Amino acid sequence: MSEKLYKYLREEVFPTPFCPGCGHGILLQTILRAIDELNIDIKKIVFVSGIGCAAWIPSPHFKTDTLHTLHGRPLAFATGIRLTRPDLEIMVISGDGDLGAIGGNHLIHTARRNLKIITICANNSIYGMTGGQLSPTTPKGIITETSPNGNWEEPFDLCALVKSCGAQFVCRYTVFHTKPLKRAIKKAFEIDGFSFIDVISPCVTHYGRRNKMPTLFDFYQFILKNIISYEKAKSLSKEELKNKIIIGEYE
Amino acid sequence: MIKKVKSLLTPGKYFLQGNIACAEGALVAGCRFYAGYPITPSSEIMEHMAKRLKEVNGYFIQMEDEIASICSVIGASWSGIKAMTATSGPGFTLMLEGIGYAIMTETPCVIVDVQRQGPATGQATRPAQGDVMQARWGASGDYQIIVLAPWSVEEMYYLTIEAFNFSERFRIPVIVLSDEIIAHLKETLTIKEEVIIYEREKDINKPPFLGNGKIPPMPSFGEGANLLVTGSTHNEWGVRKAFDPNSQEKLSSHLIKKIKNYEEEILRYETYFIEDCEYLIIAFGSVARSALKAIQMLRKENVKVGLFRPIILWPSPIKKIKDLIKDKKIIVCEMNQGQLIEEVKKHKEELFSLFKTRGEAIYPYEIYDFIKSI
Ligand SMILES: Cc1ncc(C[n+]2csc(CCOP(=O)(O)OP(=O)(O)O)c2C)c(N)n1
Ligand code: SF4
Ligand SMILES: [Mg+2]
Repeated sequence: MSEKLYKYLREEVFPTPFCPGCGHGILLQTILRAIDELNIDIKKIVFVSGIGCAAWIPSPHFKTDTLHTLHGRPLAFATGIRLTRPDLEIMVISGDGDLGAIGGNHLIHTARRNLKIITICANNSIYGMTGGQLSPTTPKGIITETSPNGNWEEPFDLCALVKSCGAQFVCRYTVFHTKPLKRAIKKAFEIDGFSFIDVISPCVTHYGRRNKMPTLFDFYQFILKNIISYEKAKSLSKEELKNKIIIGEYE
Repeated sequence: MIKKVKSLLTPGKYFLQGNIACAEGALVAGCRFYAGYPITPSSEIMEHMAKRLKEVNGYFIQMEDEIASICSVIGASWSGIKAMTATSGPGFTLMLEGIGYAIMTETPCVIVDVQRQGPATGQATRPAQGDVMQARWGASGDYQIIVLAPWSVEEMYYLTIEAFNFSERFRIPVIVLSDEIIAHLKETLTIKEEVIIYEREKDINKPPFLGNGKIPPMPSFGEGANLLVTGSTHNEWGVRKAFDPNSQEKLSSHLIKKIKNYEEEILRYETYFIEDCEYLIIAFGSVARSALKAIQMLRKENVKVGLFRPIILWPSPIKKIKDLIKDKKIIVCEMNQGQLIEEVKKHKEELFSLFKTRGEAIYPYEIYDFIKSI
């Protein structure tokens, strides 16, 4: 990590708990780069997270106020801060299981209220922390601890969901697209409403190992092959979009 | 820090509903954030707060469920605002994980549980006292908690103030355990000119957690304290120590000691006619009102009956009367099938119990008849 970012970190808590090759580390760094480029005082941002590997991105690493909450509930906690503290920025960083499954109700209602909360979903399409179980964003056919014969359920497109609820700024990138991702994070600070950034962040340990993608490079190749822009995706059928990863801003 | 504040309502006599008195008590105590989800028989608290918080520049929100309600209350509390929610049995059950989080992170907040008949949906409009143990032990893990039990509209007001004071002073969620009768009762209460309230201590240079039974200062977000708040096991600066047995031991013993060490200050109870009594009724909340009425009837007939009324249920003040109850006939009355009585059993085996879970008050004549039959 670039040395100029050290000032945003509690050095005493390093090394990070992430497995080698985990996407969450790249995301951590990209968030800090965005903040650094915007020249925002990080002490004016409260980071709220739920429970999971993703929720460890801000807590305990970021040197500012962090609220590491309950599994699924960070947006509800953030709402209490948002209403009472217009002087602070609020960024929620949590996993796909946290925000999309157990916290799904809070996600749709926070999007509906369109409060100024920046939400980053570190989406590895699996429950990393608890050993690799099915998540609501796990694609069909994927093997997890709780779908040993391949997932038969239809996954959520969290961006489409949140957008339909009224969120102002919604987009998806992957940790291999750090430039547009960083731009999106910077833009979110300017948005006067709810922003939701879904970040595809590989879990090499659980998702990768079970699905013949044991390294970050395997994911890189897979993602490059399967990404499609939101613009292009608009004209494609559901069948054609099978297993595709839509990136870009949702309208 | 103790402070005297002028009451928000003009001092004097009022004729109010219990739930409204509770909301007014919260406001004068300094509550400026309310998040909740409607549920009978507590909704009047929420509705009154929706109206009144606006007038005092506070914040109100109806959340998507009780889980979200308690979580946003905790978020507001760390933002430096006194915050509360109110609910009834099933909603309280949904809040328990959040209450556990508030205990673990030493977050002040107040939760009002207006009890109705259960389990589950039960009788939404009928009184009960079935949450005595849910309030004490409902959250996961091992902890101490403060639970207050008002028996009048006046106490709905003043005990809610006390609840905020305890919660700020001890950095703990405090539960006001009311019941449908007290919540919907209308009677007179006197609003005093001033009340004493407690404001939390702040110091960004001192550890914000633990303290071996002493209460640490609590800065808010945005004050430069770099707060590291987590429901995982942590050290005094909030650094996660999820694998360290010593940290876990230190933390749980602190959470318990910080209430146990101050029990003498916290315990609240009332006694009536105990000097010469041969029978002693133990009852709280609305049941204690019926008990007192029955005692007045019995006293006229020279039956020597007294009343012990816990104003605080947890920590339990029953230990205060362990000598008194030795040579007396003890009758425990409650609107459940035996919860408070378990606490009395720790000190005396032979007890009489009058329980009722029909969704009706325990009427004075029932207590009168029961004592006559002993
Ligand atoms: C109420 C509750 N249920 C279950 C858990 C166990 N749990 C912890 S993290 C987690 C899943 C995390 O998945 P995700 O949010 O996708 O984050 P990741 O670890 O994949 O980054 C679960 C189920 C919990 N902590 N609390
Ligand atoms: S288990 Fe998966 S998500 Fe968690 S740190 Fe390891 S690679 Fe990352
Ligand atoms: Mg995940």
